[in-house]
Amino acid sequence: MVAAQPDIRPKIRSEEWSVWYGERQVLRSVTLGVRANEILSIIGPANSGKTTFLRSLNRLIDVARGVRTSGRLYLDEEDIREAREVEALRKRVGMVLALPAPLNLSVFENVAYGPRRHHIGERARLEEIVEKSLRAAYLWDEVKDRLHVSGFALSGGQQQRLCIARTLAVEPEVILFDEPCSGLDPISTARVEEAMIGLKKKYTQVLVTNNNMQAARVGDRTAFFLMGELIELGETRAIFTAPKNQKTEGYLSGRFG
Amino acid sequence: MSARHAQTIAFALLALSTLLVVLPALFMVFFLVRNGLPALSAEFLLGEPKDGMRAGGIFPAIVGSFCLVVGAITVSVPIGVLTAIYLSEYSSDSAFTRLVRLAILNLAGVPSVVYGLFGMGLFVYFLGFGQSIMAGALTLSIMNLPVIITATREALQSVPPSFREVSLALGATRWQTVRYAVLPNAIPGILTGVILEVSRAAGETAPILFTVAAFYLPGLPQSVFDPVMALPYHLYSISTQVPNISAGMRYGTALTLVGLVLSVNVVAIFLRAHLRRKRRW
Amino acid sequence: MNRWSERMIEAAIRFSGFVSIAFVVMIFLFLLTEGHALFRVTGLTDFLLGRNWHPISTPPQFGILPLLLGSLAVTAGASMMAVPLGIGTAVFIAEVAPKRLAGILKVGVELIAAIPSVVIGFVGMVLVAPVVREFFSLPVGLTAFTGSLMLALMSMPTMVSIAEDAIHAVPRQYKEAALAMGATRWQAIYRVILPAARPGILAAVMLGIGRVVGETMAVMMCTGGAVAIPSTLLQPVRTMTATIAAEMGETVRGSPHYNALFAIGIVLFLITLIINVTADLVIHRGRRDSP
Repeated sequence: MVAAQPDIRPKIRSEEWSVWYGERQVLRSVTLGVRANEILSIIGPANSGKTTFLRSLNRLIDVARGVRTSGRLYLDEEDIREAREVEALRKRVGMVLALPAPLNLSVFENVAYGPRRHHIGERARLEEIVEKSLRAAYLWDEVKDRLHVSGFALSGGQQQRLCIARTLAVEPEVILFDEPCSGLDPISTARVEEAMIGLKKKYTQVLVTNNNMQAARVGDRTAFFLMGELIELGETRAIFTAPKNQKTEGYLSGRFG
Repeated sequence: MSARHAQTIAFALLALSTLLVVLPALFMVFFLVRNGLPALSAEFLLGEPKDGMRAGGIFPAIVGSFCLVVGAITVSVPIGVLTAIYLSEYSSDSAFTRLVRLAILNLAGVPSVVYGLFGMGLFVYFLGFGQSIMAGALTLSIMNLPVIITATREALQSVPPSFREVSLALGATRWQTVRYAVLPNAIPGILTGVILEVSRAAGETAPILFTVAAFYLPGLPQSVFDPVMALPYHLYSISTQVPNISAGMRYGTALTLVGLVLSVNVVAIFLRAHLRRKRRW
Repeated sequence: MNRWSERMIEAAIRFSGFVSIAFVVMIFLFLLTEGHALFRVTGLTDFLLGRNWHPISTPPQFGILPLLLGSLAVTAGASMMAVPLGIGTAVFIAEVAPKRLAGILKVGVELIAAIPSVVIGFVGMVLVAPVVREFFSLPVGLTAFTGSLMLALMSMPTMVSIAEDAIHAVPRQYKEAALAMGATRWQAIYRVILPAARPGILAAVMLGIGRVVGETMAVMMCTGGAVAIPSTLLQPVRTMTATIAAEMGETVRGSPHYNALFAIGIVLFLITLIINVTADLVIHRGRRDSP
């Protein structure tokens, strides 16, 4: 029943996507699709190109110097590389970074940062967005009485959920997570994962993680990257219990990586 | 000689050289305070010079220096901050960027008296400002551009890259990112640079010798195209060109100048230390 | 903020990068336009190597050799004192002094750098010159040596802070590896850290010297101002910078004397340009070599 769903067009699709930093090729011809409202986990050892793939999707790799790409990327069948306004693309494709990265602003202003940049200035409207976003990130109850303390005053897990709320506040369609729990303790990690699962109803999510257990816990499907190549992509249960490729099996059983 | 002994001797010599750097400066300041303090009075600080500058006060020189400092900052801070933003946030590693860096390096190295020549050639004669606050402040502002640019660049580069990424990832434009995510966090560092420029602009003599400084001009300036007296130039004139002047007048002027410049620097140092402690990232 | 005003501000940002270049070019152009007329009166060789600077005699003579040598004498004297002391202080602050003391010393060095040169000149005149006169039993105390002393004091902060940065930038592992092999701290400093920091220290010395060459007020007030080719440091001299500062007020715009002072400005500009560019190359080559 969960099988191919061939009639549904993927939300995101990459075709033969390759990236070079200078002379070094970090992604090799990656072709995959991300379905709407799923969580796709991307696992793999360090330097396997996971983060670069993620940053291709909101064109954050444009910021680095000496980047060259080939292949195609689509969001709803529109070419990502040809998006006329990269800001509009990034508004649709939100991102949560590896370490909690609050801006040096209050909790409220952190969440309001995105909407303000997209010209929402009315106080009542902002308050509404901030509350809605914080609730969706399962943070509202913990911070509703201290919206005006600095974002840095929160705990690590709270900071990361603040970053999720901040991403939600611009009403994206896709959320990219770049190792969102790498600096967090197990309890905070559980909170963040709870938030991610709650977000499935509305959003398509791509999760890059070094933590295989996390991929197994939250991912609907899992992709395994190695040295810039997509080795295997399948239902999470299948990948973890019966991988088809022996490299995947080697990685999951801890023989390398 | 054992390695231990060699180390003891070497460290003693290093400590001695440090003393030889620091003690003369301390002694100098002490010397100025001891000789200059008795000369300081309300009349000296707030009065006009009299008797061919042999008596009276230095108020017009203080006001003149104040005008020059304010003028220099007004011009150099916007240009300097924008240049630093260009170098830190917009430039790619192009030949043009290297040329800008090289130019700033050279601006920092050009002798102050050459700035004086340039200021005279461009502002006093070519643009016809005459010897005036305008000409002097513009000369000082160009000379101090590297101070502002360097301080601002350092401040911008100390803002974590994640701030920029977060802002861009939320769909902010590049300028919005600079304006709202980066610049507010760099303001303290920029402020330190501005304060340092204040102290430098207040203390420099050579660039204002031919662009603004009036030898003797009681009364206060009415417009930016008036010449003014200035503290450092005043000290130079009464030290070398006014015979039979009481020592107190000279020491008092020197102490006032050093006191102003050093206290401005101390403010900058405390501000910087305070902000480093307060930084959260 | 709309797209249009955003474009405006980005244009302003890019333009201001251009402004610095424009200023450097303009400085050189103005020196050139006001200075080149001199060479209709005096040949380049007579200007650079002429032994007589008599700008207001008839006919005037514009030989800047005594001024060049005056600058050289003061610079050499100041460097001999400032270079060893500056490097020693930098090493002391970076490697020997306890953290608290090092912090205080750094602030102290920064404050010394802030003392205006006219004040240093004043102190040299009223305090140091009489001591020099007594000590060496000279007719006057305002000599190249007096100027060198004051300039050494002024250039040391530059050297100390840049050299200290260079020493600080040496990776800690270098020192730790040396200590682990049983070297004393001094051996680690002398054999490992200083060689690794050499490009930065060299640049510090050059930039310090650059400051000495361009310094004006202190030398003008302390070196006596005699235009003569010095044979010892204990004679009064006149530097290029002091000549410009002292004589510009008395010249008529466009006269050969006026042009000659701008020509001296060209020489100064080129000297400091060469020093600064070389120092920058030294620093960057050092960075590329280091791991």
